[in-house]
Amino acid sequence: MICQECNQRPATLHFTKIINGEKAEVHICEKCAQEKGEMFMLNGGSGFSINNLLAGLLNIEPGFQQAKPNTLPKKEVLRCKQCKLSFPEFVHVGKFGCAECYETFKDQLNPILKRVHSGNTSHHGKIPKRIGGSIHIRKQINDLKQTLKQFIEQEEFENAAEIRDRIRTLEKEVNKGDEGGKQS
Amino acid sequence: MSLEHFLENAASSWMNEEGPDSDIVLSSRVRLARNFKDFSFSTLFSQEEALEIINVIKDRIKNAEIPEIGKLEFLQIENLQPLEKQVLVEKHLISPHLAEDSPYGACLVSENEEVSIMVNEEDHLRIQCLFSGLQLNEALLRANVIDDYIEANIDYAYDEERGYLTSCPTNVGTGLRASVMMHLPGLVLTNQMNHLVPAINQLGLVVRGIYGEGSEALGDIFQISNQITLGKSETDIVEDLTSVVQQVIAQERSAREALVQTSNIQLEDRVYRSFGILQHARIIETKEAARCLSDVRLGIDLGYIKDISKCILNELMILTQPGFLQKYAGGPLRPHDRDIRRAAFIRERFELEKKDNSEGGNTP
Ligand SMILES: [Zn+2]
Ligand SMILES: [Zn+2]
Repeated sequence: MICQECNQRPATLHFTKIINGEKAEVHICEKCAQEKGEMFMLNGGSGFSINNLLAGLLNIEPGFQQAKPNTLPKKEVLRCKQCKLSFPEFVHVGKFGCAECYETFKDQLNPILKRVHSGNTSHHGKIPKRIGGSIHIRKQINDLKQTLKQFIEQEEFENAAEIRDRIRTLEKEVNKGDEGGKQS
Repeated sequence: MSLEHFLENAASSWMNEEGPDSDIVLSSRVRLARNFKDFSFSTLFSQEEALEIINVIKDRIKNAEIPEIGKLEFLQIENLQPLEKQVLVEKHLISPHLAEDSPYGACLVSENEEVSIMVNEEDHLRIQCLFSGLQLNEALLRANVIDDYIEANIDYAYDEERGYLTSCPTNVGTGLRASVMMHLPGLVLTNQMNHLVPAINQLGLVVRGIYGEGSEALGDIFQISNQITLGKSETDIVEDLTSVVQQVIAQERSAREALVQTSNIQLEDRVYRSFGILQHARIIETKEAARCLSDVRLGIDLGYIKDISKCILNELMILTQPGFLQKYAGGPLRPHDRDIRRAAFIRERFELEKKDNSEGGNTP
């Protein structure tokens, strides 16, 4: 079998590639395996899933590398307040327990997201219509604040005043929306 | 049950319709992953939470009249027979995970089976829309309609920075998985898939066979889907995938042209041999059936075979799987008996096609 990456050297390594929890077999040569190393995991049989990918990703992070248990300082295990999932448990299962986990494991999450989503860590897509109402406005406010800064720098104070009024109106709207949210 | 009646009940609308570029793209699918706010994800939720999710979504959706979608039938997985579950999986309406490993799983399916919503799978909700041909935009629009309808009453787990929160971080952000199922016999016969797959992977897309195990792609049917769900808008994800698919379509078409030009008679021979096998074999395994069906479908597309409908590939790839064969047989079958049944089923299906044509001839 020929390596499917370079189509030149014979494939000596047979892996299972995991993307979004779905398996695909990969046959590549050692050189290509080294280059693509982090995305390929050794075929671990049927019990294979996204957590192996996560475990593999985490091993790359400095500080996570094969630390011997007895040399590791006793530290409090990071645990989600809401669902009580610990970070090692997350790595083992590959799935979060609740929405709060995203906040709890924020610092650990960024490198994982970067690898899985080609360097992206923040959302640029749909905003839910109803609960997202204030989010829309806050985004608008942030944009306006940028414009305001520019006007002030350029000493266009008349324009700046206009923008400031618009920001104030929007901020009132956000506050109203948030109160409404609490009541329901 | 007669075969005609069975087919009427068994086939989903996407299998019979001919969407854009349906000579190469068999179907387009969009899936949105959503979770309820203030509930644990399915990995950790309690029975009470799971049942509440089912009740809330049932109330919201069951008798709803969503424009262009109509009524959705509610099915609780624990109430289904093993064979019924298998059939839903074979039709791609639910995932194997929902069928086997989701104790509180349920699903809602539209009458034409274009829309299915899985409940309590890996995420609380997975909204899926399945269209014939290359129609990712249409599928996304439809999925958004359902998403908005649900969101009007239900708070989703959503974060300003991370977007829609999903139990697995590989789905976070848009929660969108868009995929197309493509029939690529030309690229397989000309050995081009080996080069194409890594090239497509480099674009952040995933290629895999959907029938068969591991790297084999039975019936020369491949699925291409997006890997990245975070940092790109839904429209961009769908447009990027569409443009890659269009390039693959162009390559498949030119591979077919090249095949016809260089080895017309060999190709025609291959097509007709497979046609003969399907019409006359008495025992046929999944693998051989898939290969022959792929050849015959190619033969139809190239005009060698006339009077056989194109949907025969879609339909028979799905309906000759073990679950469907056993449903048609009315009970469990051993593997060897399945191969006999499969051969019989395919023969009957081709007979039906001939009958339809002669009837069609009488009423022009
Ligand atoms: Zn190589
Ligand atoms: Zn949590």
